[in-house]
Amino acid sequence: MSAVADTHSQEHHHGPAKGFSRWLLTTNHKDIGTMYLIFSFTMFLLGGSMAMVIRAELFQPGLQIVQPEFFNQMTTMHGLIMVFGAVMPAFVGLANWMIPLMIGAPDMALPRMNNWSFWLLPCAFLILVSTLFMQGGGPNFGWTFYAPLSTTYGPPSTTFFIFAIHIMGVSSIMGAINVIATILNLRAPGMTLMKMPLFVWTWLITAFLLIAVMPVLAGVVTMMLMDINFGTSFFDASGGGDPVLFQHVFWFFGHPEVYIMILPAFGAISHIVPTFSRKRLFGYASMVYAVGAIALLSFVVWAHHMFTVGIPLTGQLFFMYATMLIAVPTGVKVFNWVSTMFRGSLTFETPMLFAVAFIILFTIGGFSGLMLAIAPADFQYHDTYFVVAHFHYVLVPGAIFGIFASAYYWLPKWTGHMYDETLGKTHFWLSFIGMNLAFFPMHFLGLAGMPRRIPDYALQFADFNMVSSIGAFMFGATQLLFLFIVVKCVKGGEKAPAKPWEGAEGLEWTVPSPAPYHTFSTPPEVK
Amino acid sequence: MAQEQSYYVPDQSKWPIVATVGLGVTLYGVASIMVNGKQGESTTGSWVMFLIGALIMAYMLFGWFGSVIRESRAGLYSDQMDRSFRWGMSWFIFSEVMFFAAFFGALFYVRVFVVPWLGGEGDKGSSNMLWEGFQAGWPLVNNPNPEAYPGPNEVIGPWGLPLINTILLVTSSFTVTVAHHALKAGNRQKVKLWLGATIILALVFLTLQIQEYVHAYQDLDLTLQSGIYGSTFFMLTGFHGAHVLLGSLMLIIMFLRIQKGHFTADSHFGFEASAWYWHFVDVVWLGLFVFVYII
Repeated sequence: MSAVADTHSQEHHHGPAKGFSRWLLTTNHKDIGTMYLIFSFTMFLLGGSMAMVIRAELFQPGLQIVQPEFFNQMTTMHGLIMVFGAVMPAFVGLANWMIPLMIGAPDMALPRMNNWSFWLLPCAFLILVSTLFMQGGGPNFGWTFYAPLSTTYGPPSTTFFIFAIHIMGVSSIMGAINVIATILNLRAPGMTLMKMPLFVWTWLITAFLLIAVMPVLAGVVTMMLMDINFGTSFFDASGGGDPVLFQHVFWFFGHPEVYIMILPAFGAISHIVPTFSRKRLFGYASMVYAVGAIALLSFVVWAHHMFTVGIPLTGQLFFMYATMLIAVPTGVKVFNWVSTMFRGSLTFETPMLFAVAFIILFTIGGFSGLMLAIAPADFQYHDTYFVVAHFHYVLVPGAIFGIFASAYYWLPKWTGHMYDETLGKTHFWLSFIGMNLAFFPMHFLGLAGMPRRIPDYALQFADFNMVSSIGAFMFGATQLLFLFIVVKCVKGGEKAPAKPWEGAEGLEWTVPSPAPYHTFSTPPEVK
Repeated sequence: MAQEQSYYVPDQSKWPIVATVGLGVTLYGVASIMVNGKQGESTTGSWVMFLIGALIMAYMLFGWFGSVIRESRAGLYSDQMDRSFRWGMSWFIFSEVMFFAAFFGALFYVRVFVVPWLGGEGDKGSSNMLWEGFQAGWPLVNNPNPEAYPGPNEVIGPWGLPLINTILLVTSSFTVTVAHHALKAGNRQKVKLWLGATIILALVFLTLQIQEYVHAYQDLDLTLQSGIYGSTFFMLTGFHGAHVLLGSLMLIIMFLRIQKGHFTADSHFGFEASAWYWHFVDVVWLGLFVFVYII
């Protein structure tokens, strides 16, 4: 690339390049956002099909379809792929598409690095998935990869898994740096921090969390790497280390990580609910402070994942109360969304359906979280299906419904066409029913004592497991409908106006639909 | 906030994809070296892969930074772009701080909780039943299971090489600042002198650090395998040393760029970023000196 060619590039904006090189070499935030979203959905289907294997095996008691070793690889890979491959990239994709449009910026702050952040992900997941075909199989120790399961007893491919995590971390950190630099530096004149759209606010805070905890994840997998290959004893008590040290460092990353997966959804819901209530968001400032409070608290609650591992009583008490405190800012958000809807002129288009379901079901997941936060009660719930029910209630109708709601909400802006509303609503209802059918019985299973991560179970759990599997198959199959809806919407359909939702506000609706390849080359004025 | 000039959005670039291939091949190679080596298989192919990856990475770094430098010198970057670089570098350094925090956290947790518990003290003192008679202490020279992890004979005291290294690094932080002020004053001869001095201090630091490692391995039996003291000692000082190496490379490149006449009195972010990084490395060392060597 010569300096001469570069001088030209800023002068006249041209459309996208032809062919595959457009995607390989792009620096355009919309292209990169699209790639993130496609990648995320691909991983969603891959991780989802692993969930189907799990539910098929659990359809009936006894071992029918897979061997326990393979079952363990499926649960591990399902978790890793959904967390790092589906949910996180989906939000980064939304951030890439929407943040520049929402703050009136021409692109992300560091466009080439942006492209690198994306392409590292397929590379990392290629390595991760390839471990399934290596000698000894892929990771089989659960997505939390506790030592010594993952160090002393892990398969040889664990080293590859560690480097895959490193690459994902590099990608996330660069993505987060880009988001922060964009938000802090590229806002349109007049857009003060407290005028920023909430999706932008939540992403600013999410990006901060990412930069703070992804290096810690890198640290903990590096300690694993050293324990496995170079004889250190970080997680081996006979050398003066401690397996519990792994859990502390991992969950110092892991707990903020769960907020990384939900905060951007909070932001998106805070746009969708006002739009379809035709009212302004209730309590904007308190929403911002609530997100900030959740993010800060997320750094001091990690050991609530470890109540049963043997931590001192004072530790248990501290982490129990600190965890419960999170219910306060979260409650602020839920009440604000409900108050926004109160006496609004509500309509229930697909994004709103997903948003309302989000509020109700995420709250259920939040409440089971409170139950788990009670240390003495957690001794009973720990490592049972109750935990599985809890985090699937915050991740599926939380993070994933948030992503679906955002996708339907902004699809007209991305494609220039309206999606098929009937099909969209069908997708919603099938997902809603399937998801509840799959995960609600897990609460009962867990309370009755069914442990997590087992391929076989006692006979008394049979009925609920069958219901759960039927729900899971229904939810899984429904997602193919989503693929169809999106493809149909990209190919054609009713032309979308610049602002397809009458109640919508924000800069992204001031540009035509579909959004031109380059937007806001001169920044808009924000009053 | 934005007083808007036209914002530079770069054209299509091959560097990100080259970087992806480079990093992927390098790390896949490293992982294969480790896995094959552990299983006693040949690692030749893995080494070749690693070297190819490393070459691609080197090509990418020269090419990518080269085009950024060319764009910068062609005057394509506005003040706003400059701020984006500043935010980017600051948050990158913050991420590095958090990486070290993980290892410092491990050190503190081990010293404050794990080792005393194994020795029979405190809330979890019952863990002493695992290896009865184990005496807690720090530096931990007798591990709970000395057969699996033979402890070091001795550890490295703070007042020899580490103190000299501390003085070297702290001095280098001052010299790089003097060089920065000289650059702002437009006195390039002085920049070269003080930046050169910084680089020499950095290289002497690295040499002494290597000497310390050789001493630890050959004379003290202090190795990665000698239990949690060796683990935390080598990981913390090792990662710090790797960062010093990276910082030195950055300073050397800045020196070469000064030689070539790059940078002006008021536009020299590459230099500033390297100086920031250098100060960061220095501060981490002070943490190491206090918590690893002295206390």
